[in-house]
Amino acid sequence: MVLTEVDLTVHRGEIVTLIGPNGAGKSTLVKVVLGLVRPSAGKVSLQAGIRMGYMPQGLLVEPFMPMSVKRFLQLAGNTNKKELQKVVAELMIEHLQSSPIQAISGGELQRVLLARALLCKPDLLVLDEPVQGVDVTGQQELYKLIMHIRDTHDCGILMVSHDLHLVMAGTDSVICLNKHVCCSGHPATVRLHPEFLSLFGGEPERLALYEHKHNHKHDLGGGVCR
Amino acid sequence: MPLDFIARAMVAGVGIALVSGPLGSIMVWRRMANFGDALAHSTLLGLCFALLLNIHVYIGLVSICIVVASFLALFSRRQHLANDTILCMLAYTTLALGLILATVLPGIRVDLLGYLYGDILAVNPQDLIWIYSVDAIVLLTLCKIWRSVLSMTVHEDLAKVEGVSVARIQWILIVLMAIVFAVAMKLIGILLITALLIIPASTARQIAKTPEQMAIIASLVGAISVCLGIGISSHWDWPAGPAIVVVNMGMFILSTIFARVAAKSIA
Repeated sequence: MVLTEVDLTVHRGEIVTLIGPNGAGKSTLVKVVLGLVRPSAGKVSLQAGIRMGYMPQGLLVEPFMPMSVKRFLQLAGNTNKKELQKVVAELMIEHLQSSPIQAISGGELQRVLLARALLCKPDLLVLDEPVQGVDVTGQQELYKLIMHIRDTHDCGILMVSHDLHLVMAGTDSVICLNKHVCCSGHPATVRLHPEFLSLFGGEPERLALYEHKHNHKHDLGGGVCR
Repeated sequence: MPLDFIARAMVAGVGIALVSGPLGSIMVWRRMANFGDALAHSTLLGLCFALLLNIHVYIGLVSICIVVASFLALFSRRQHLANDTILCMLAYTTLALGLILATVLPGIRVDLLGYLYGDILAVNPQDLIWIYSVDAIVLLTLCKIWRSVLSMTVHEDLAKVEGVSVARIQWILIVLMAIVFAVAMKLIGILLITALLIIPASTARQIAKTPEQMAIIASLVGAISVCLGIGISSHWDWPAGPAIVVVNMGMFILSTIFARVAAKSIA
C-alpha cells in the first residue's frame, strides 16, 4: 500500500502542487489520476469527457529512432498545422522543430513535453516534476510559462514537485504528501503547518546563496577569454 | 508470357521487402530483434502441427507464433528472469519440439534444409498471390496503427494518456510479424528471416531523419538487396537466401561509411 486517505480536487484556472519526500507516492497518485494505475480502493471521479494533458517525468528517445521535435509533437494526434505553430510559438520552441529530439537540452526538452501536453487541448494538465534537470534560471522561466498557461488556457494544473520554495510562489494550493495527505491548503498556510515543518522544517537554513564574481568570461564554445 | 523463375523470385522478394521495411523499423525501435528470432525458431513446430492436423501451413505458422507470444507475455510478468532469457528458452524449446516432431511422427516428411535456408527460386505463382495479399493487409494495418506505434514506442504512459490502447497494438504487431514470417519462410528460411527485417532498417537509420523515411528507405534497401542477391546467386550459383543477407550487410556497411563522410563534410 503506497497511498491511503488521499482526497484531491483540482479546479479550472488553478495550480495544485503536490510536494513530498522521495517515495511519498507523488508519482503514484498522479498515475491514479491519469488512469494509468487503478486504485485498490476508493474512487477517481472525473468530469465526463475530460481531456488530459500529461507531461511525464523525463523522456528518453532511443537514438536508433529518428525523431524530430516537430514529428514528436505531431504524435499527439488530431493537430493541425495552425494549432501546432501556435503552441510552438507560445513555448518558444520554433527554432527547435527540425532538431532531433535526442539532441536538445534538458530545459528545451521540458518545454517540448509541455507543448505536447498542450496540444491535447487539456482540461486538466498533469505535470510530473516539470523542472527536473533544469537550471535555476530555466526553472523560473518554466514556472512563468506554466502560470501563463493557467491564466490563458482555462485548465486546471496538477503539478508534482520536490522543490518546496520556487513552486510555492506561483501555486494556488499545495498538497503535502507522505503516504497520506499530511496537510493541504494555500501555500502560506501549508508553510506553517506542523506536519509540513516536521517533514521539511529547517531545510532553508541549510541552504545559502553563494555570491561570487568571475574573473573571466566564456565564449560560446566554452573556452575561456579574459 | 510466363515469368521465368528468376524474375518470379525477384517479384516475390520485393514483395517481402515492401513489408519488411516498416515492420523491421518497428522491430529495431522496439528492440524486438530477439523476439523476431524466437518467433522464427518456433515456426518449425507450427509447420509440423499443420502437417499433422492437416490444416493450411500458414495457419499453423501464425497460430504457433501467437502461442509463443502469449507464453512470453505470461512468463515476463514474473520478474526473476530477463525477457531475452525467456525468449531464448522459448525459441529453442519450440525448435527442439519441432525437430522431434519432424523426425518422429509417421507420415510427415519435412525438408529440413529447405526449411532452414528457404528456397526463393522455387516460388510458384500461388506464392506470389499469397505474398502480395499479405503485403496489402499488413501495409494497410500498419498505416492505421502507425501513429499509435510511434507514440507508444517513444513513451508508453504518455501514449496511454492520449488514448492509445497499448496492449491491443502490441498484439496486432505480433500477429503482423507472424503473418509476414509465415509467407517469407518458404523464401528465405527460419535461420535468415530476421536479418531481412533488421538489416535494411539499420541501413535506413543511417540516412533517415524521420520514422517514415526510415521505413520507406528500409523497404527500398531491402528490395534492392533482394534483386542483387538473387542476381549474384544465379550468376555464381550461390544459395539465394544467404546471398541476399550478405548483400544486405554490404549495403549496411556502405551506408555507415556514407553517413560518416556526410557528417564530416558538414562539420
